[in-house]
Amino acid sequence: MAVRTFIEAIRETLASEMRRDPSVIVLGEDVGKKGGVFLATDGLWAEFGDDRVIDTPLTEAQIVGTAIGASINGLRPVAEIQFADFIFPAMNQIVSEAARMRYRTNNSLGCPIVIRAPYGGGVHGALYHSQSVEAFFAHVPGLKVIVPSTPRDAAGLLRTAIRDEDPVLYFEHKKMYRSVRGDVPDGDHVTPLGRAFISHPGSQVTVVSYGLMAHYALEAADRAAEEGISVEVVDLRTLRPLDTETLLGSVRKTGKCLVVYEDNRFLGYGAEIAAIVADQAFDYLDGPVSRVAGPDVPGVPYNHVLEDWFMVSPEKILDGIRALAAY
Amino acid sequence: MATTGRSNGSTHPGEAVGLSDADLLEMYRLVALARAIDERMWILNRAGRIPFVISGQGHEGAQVGIAWALRRRHDWVAPFYRSIATCLTFGMSARDLMLAQYAKATDPSSGGRQMPGHYGHVDHHLVSVSSPVATQMLHAVGIALAAKIRGTDQVAMTMMGEGSSNQGEVHEALNFAAIHRLPFVLVVENNGYAISVPFARQVSVPDVAMRARGYGIPGVVVDGADVLACFAASSAAVDRARSGGGPTLIEAKVTRLTAHSSDDQQTKYRSEEELAAERALDALPRFRAQLVEAGVLTEASEARQAEEIRAVVDDATDFAEAQPDPTAESGAWWVYAGDGPDDWVAPWREDSR
Repeated sequence: MAVRTFIEAIRETLASEMRRDPSVIVLGEDVGKKGGVFLATDGLWAEFGDDRVIDTPLTEAQIVGTAIGASINGLRPVAEIQFADFIFPAMNQIVSEAARMRYRTNNSLGCPIVIRAPYGGGVHGALYHSQSVEAFFAHVPGLKVIVPSTPRDAAGLLRTAIRDEDPVLYFEHKKMYRSVRGDVPDGDHVTPLGRAFISHPGSQVTVVSYGLMAHYALEAADRAAEEGISVEVVDLRTLRPLDTETLLGSVRKTGKCLVVYEDNRFLGYGAEIAAIVADQAFDYLDGPVSRVAGPDVPGVPYNHVLEDWFMVSPEKILDGIRALAAY
Repeated sequence: MATTGRSNGSTHPGEAVGLSDADLLEMYRLVALARAIDERMWILNRAGRIPFVISGQGHEGAQVGIAWALRRRHDWVAPFYRSIATCLTFGMSARDLMLAQYAKATDPSSGGRQMPGHYGHVDHHLVSVSSPVATQMLHAVGIALAAKIRGTDQVAMTMMGEGSSNQGEVHEALNFAAIHRLPFVLVVENNGYAISVPFARQVSVPDVAMRARGYGIPGVVVDGADVLACFAASSAAVDRARSGGGPTLIEAKVTRLTAHSSDDQQTKYRSEEELAAERALDALPRFRAQLVEAGVLTEASEARQAEEIRAVVDDATDFAEAQPDPTAESGAWWVYAGDGPDDWVAPWREDSR
């Protein structure tokens, strides 16, 4: 067991998987000598060389499309999209090609690729360096979507993703890269996909979240406890496949469900959580399934006043908890 | 940019390009078989047996000549929806192709999940075709990248129409393949139309192959009705790719003898005169005349071959029609690995028969 920052956990897992399996390669913009704009791939080029750590041109469709092809011919590519905001030129390759390869070939061809991308706001990144994009991809059958919140899960889920036989999108909240630290087990630590984690047990209100918001939910839960409200925090970790069992188990216990996500509220990932809870835990509910989410504007604005207005915060979550607890 | 000359009309037309008479007969059989399957598809469509057809008529000579230069089950091809002759040359059977038309459970391309024309067969190293155009090019480039990294001595080739060649991904793919000198060949089968839009409204230069200069790679224009010239151009590109010389763009000028698809009426945007003139660009009669003149194809051997092709197409049609449809419950299978029955074996795999 060693204490690691979030980004160290990612970097060390990439390196250990590349040592274990010579078919694992990394490709993306600036991932080579520079080690990535956030340094998530720092040191990989020095250890594994040009063939396995490939600096690409500024061509997101190529990064993903080439990864798909390389996976057909025996490699396990880990593609980096420099910012999640820039993933859209690759949308066709991800949604029309990677996600459908197994289905459209009736299981004769898979697509074992991982696409990593930093997402999220609160870092003065404005409209094009702050976006949450998980809902676009979690909507698509054939894709798996991971949003880890701890170094332990960042390592365990990335390792599982690289070994998975299907395309996985792996979103890393960039604000957590160096601000979040935690224990990472030594050795071949894997975390199964599709298992949520109860990061804070409680009895009166369930808060469902993931990524940076899972941390803010914990802060809000601690402050709610001071006010005598017992909050259970469910950290989903994997958005697709979704662990409905843990989600519904918690809501059936507390009778109240608050869904927290940083993305725009309308049709965000939390809308599906709300629908599942309303559908499958209706008899247990003592209050409306509620959401705390980003406002419905096209992007996170830059000025600090505007950015604070956009971002979900522990305070806003606490307000949501209080309102729901009052039912 | 180089323009390959027309193959000469010597007594042994294959000699100059290293092909035996047996090779030529087999190549001719593939061109004729592709045409016969294609014509049968249209009959079945007009008879109401299959709802959709997308055709390769007019492309077959170029497809056979070009694919002939590759190593089967070793190299990879990412084809497109007109690649009937390419798929036949690379190992798919008439039954395999007809199963895709009928979308049956045992269809090796997709198990009846895709529209007709979306071929693929992993055992033959044919990547599955999708409907968004030009996406397959990056898959072929990725296959070539893996071949280079793994040192497999493989070449990856992709085919597309000149309409598809305008997609942004073509630029991304050629640039990347050229930077890394990947063992890759892009084949543009230029039939002059993107559905209804003529070449002059699609491409700003006389030849798509001119664009190769922008990537510092060879761009070759070849007469798509000249099977042997297509083979020669492809052989040179494949040899260059395999020996580390990097990618080549081959543009084969072909003709589209049918409408874009069974849902298109091309007389709305092409004149009768134009369509009649296009018939002269058909590789099938030209290749036949070339082989007859050289004595490679005789009256007797042609009759024998025609009889055999008729039987193969009849067999493929009857076979495909008699195959079961997929079950409704199987619609949920294979979204992810492990989603189907534990004992499921792809029904077209040789070891499953």
